[in-house]
This record gives sequence, C-alpha cells and structure tokens, in this order.
Amino acid sequence: MGDLLSLFINSVFIGNILLAYFLGMCSFIAVSKNVEIATGLGFAVIFVLTVTSPVNWIIYHGLLAPGALAWAGFPDFDLSFLKFITFIAVIAAIVQAVEMVIDKYSPLLYATLGVFLPLIAVNCAILGTSLFMVERNYTFIESIIFGAGSGTGWMLAIVSMAAIRKKTQYADVPKGLEGFGITMIIAGLMAMTFMMFSGITL
Amino acid sequence: MSEEKTSYIEIVTRGIWKENPVAYQVLGICSALAVTVKMSTSIVMGIALTTVTAFSSLIISSLRKKIPSNIRIIVELAIISSLVIITDQILKAFFYDISKQLSIFVGLIITNCIVLGRAEAFALANKPLASFFDGIGNGLGYSLVLVTVAFLRELLGSGKFLGFNIIPQFIFDAGYQNMGLMVLAPGAFFIIGLLVWLKNSLPGISKPGTYK
Repeated sequence: MGDLLSLFINSVFIGNILLAYFLGMCSFIAVSKNVEIATGLGFAVIFVLTVTSPVNWIIYHGLLAPGALAWAGFPDFDLSFLKFITFIAVIAAIVQAVEMVIDKYSPLLYATLGVFLPLIAVNCAILGTSLFMVERNYTFIESIIFGAGSGTGWMLAIVSMAAIRKKTQYADVPKGLEGFGITMIIAGLMAMTFMMFSGITL
Repeated sequence: MSEEKTSYIEIVTRGIWKENPVAYQVLGICSALAVTVKMSTSIVMGIALTTVTAFSSLIISSLRKKIPSNIRIIVELAIISSLVIITDQILKAFFYDISKQLSIFVGLIITNCIVLGRAEAFALANKPLASFFDGIGNGLGYSLVLVTVAFLRELLGSGKFLGFNIIPQFIFDAGYQNMGLMVLAPGAFFIIGLLVWLKNSLPGISKPGTYK
C-alpha cells in the first residue's frame, strides 16, 4: 500500500509527466489560456489515462509481450514491436467510446468535456504513459495508479499554467517574447518549482 | 520543370525557416525538449522524424482522394504508426545504444503534432511530391531547433560537443562549472523560450509567433 501511495505521489510531483518528461506539451500550450477550460481538459485526461493505462497493460501482457501468447500455443512469439500501433488504436477507440457514453448519459458533462475528447487521442501524455508503463514493468495495479497519478500531475500543471498566464496578461512582456516565448519560460520556472519535490523520499 | 523545382525548394525552405514547425507553429515541442540533453540523440531523433513526416505525407497525400473524411484521423494514425514501427526497428537494429537512450520518444513520434499536423494541413490538399518535400522541410526545421537546443544544453550543461569535452581543463581549474540546470528539464524550457525571442527579434520576421 505504501509503495502504491509513493508511486502516486511520485508520478504527480517528482516525475511529473509534463514538467519532467515534457509529454502533452502541445495541448498544454494550446489550452492553457483559460482556467475553466484547462480544468475540464485536465479531468478528461485523468479519466482517459486511468482507463487506458490498465487496458493497455492487459493487452500488452496478454497478447504482445514476448511469450505472452503461450496460452494460444505460440510460446515463441514476440509481438512487442506492435505495441505502438496497438496502443494508439486502443487509445483512439477508448476516447471515442468514452465520448459516446458521455454523450448518451450525461449531456451536461459532454457539453463541458466533449470538445476536448478528440484532442486527447493525440495527446502524447496518454501514449507516453502507456509506453512508460511497459518500459518500467509495472504490475496491473501499479499501472492504474501510475495512470491516475500522471493524469493528476498533468492537470495540476495545466491548471496552474492557465492561472499564471491569466496574470501575465497584465504584465509588460518584451515584444518578441510575447505568447509562446514567455509561456515556455514560465513552464521552465514551474519545472524548477516541481524539482523541489525531488528531494522528498517516501 | 525549373519552375516546379524552385517551388519544391521553396516548400522545403519554408518549413525550415519561415514557418518553422517548432518556433512558428508551436508543434511537436514534447519531444523537442526531452531528447535534447545530448547532440547525438537529437540528431538521430531529427533524422527519424524527418523520414517519418516525409513518407507519411507522401502516402497520405497519395491516398487523399480515397480516405473517407470522417475516419481520416484513424487512417492517418495507422499509416504514421506503421512508419514509426519500421523506424524503431531500424534504430534498434543499427543504433541500439541511441535507441535505448531515446526510450519511448521514438514511439511518441506517432503523437508528435508535426506529423499529424502536416498531414492535416498540407498533405490532404496537395500533390504527393509537394507533400513529400513539405514533410522534409518541416522535419528539417524541427531538427534544426532540436540540434540548436541540444548544442546549447550539451555545451553549457556538460561542457561537451557530440560527446567530446571541448571546454579545456584550465577553465575548470579557474573556477568554471558546468551548469547543472541545463541538463535538467527547466533548462530546455528556458532555451526554447529564449530562442523564440531571438527568432522573433531577427529582422525580416516582424510577426511574433502565433500560437493557438
């Protein structure tokens, strides 16, 4: 239990998927202008990550990993090179399914979250989490925790970024640095702040 | 023919400089930051991405009249991920060390916005050959940013150039120290931010980088 908690804290703060591994930068820059929208996207990312990470775990360890097909009589098969295309297909399918379910049962949630769901399919953070999960040999439970933690960390980063960018609207930024330039420098400062957590051992 | 040739050259140079995907269109920065601690990894990453973008644009553009528009994203992703799998296998076979260092970032070329972005913005509306050159141009533009950032980070962060120590020992003896910040995540953010500032301040490009 303690291990799982420390994995969660670790993936939220120390190994923040966005500020330490730079995943999901595109939508981080694009959608961080408004706090409410950033929060909506953040929740959508948490949800999708918590679902896709364990599903990809099952698929990888049940079908693709070296020797995983032993139950079907092919113990020598190593299909792990297919993981990219499988993971992205799983992610796209889950995002699509989530979108349809939300649309059917909760129109209110769909109205707030709906527009972001297609964006998420091509968010590097989602695919990156699945690939990290394979590379670091997480167990099934760990993959759920890791997915949820990465999502939470991503949301934390994008919401704080949106709040800071709102403040910079009133700041006098040098002309060439406006927009993208200053956003990157703010992200750099945020990354430094998050590095502070790396001294914490759990 | 010569006219066509110049237009291809123009397409390529536009991608490298005028509409540089990283600095101007703000695409694909995820991996631009992650692999730039060392020159060697970023050069390999640049080559891999240029190849994938060029061929995915070529294939998608050849199929553009056949792909139904409502499932085009899935089709594009399938084409791109097949190309990425090929690239990954080639890297594993011939550059195993670098492929280990790049870890998951080769796979993340799939979700790199440059590849999909060029497919959506250019390849779906243009002829195959022009799309191919557009892919090369954007790939090279991305590589240019990657190598510049990597050069600065490797030089300032570990005092090396392509793995060789180039800062002489007597400077270290005189009290010079490597800037640890550059090796870590924040250094990459700062360098990209400052490079964008530099690019926007250069004459001839008065428009600040647009971002969406």
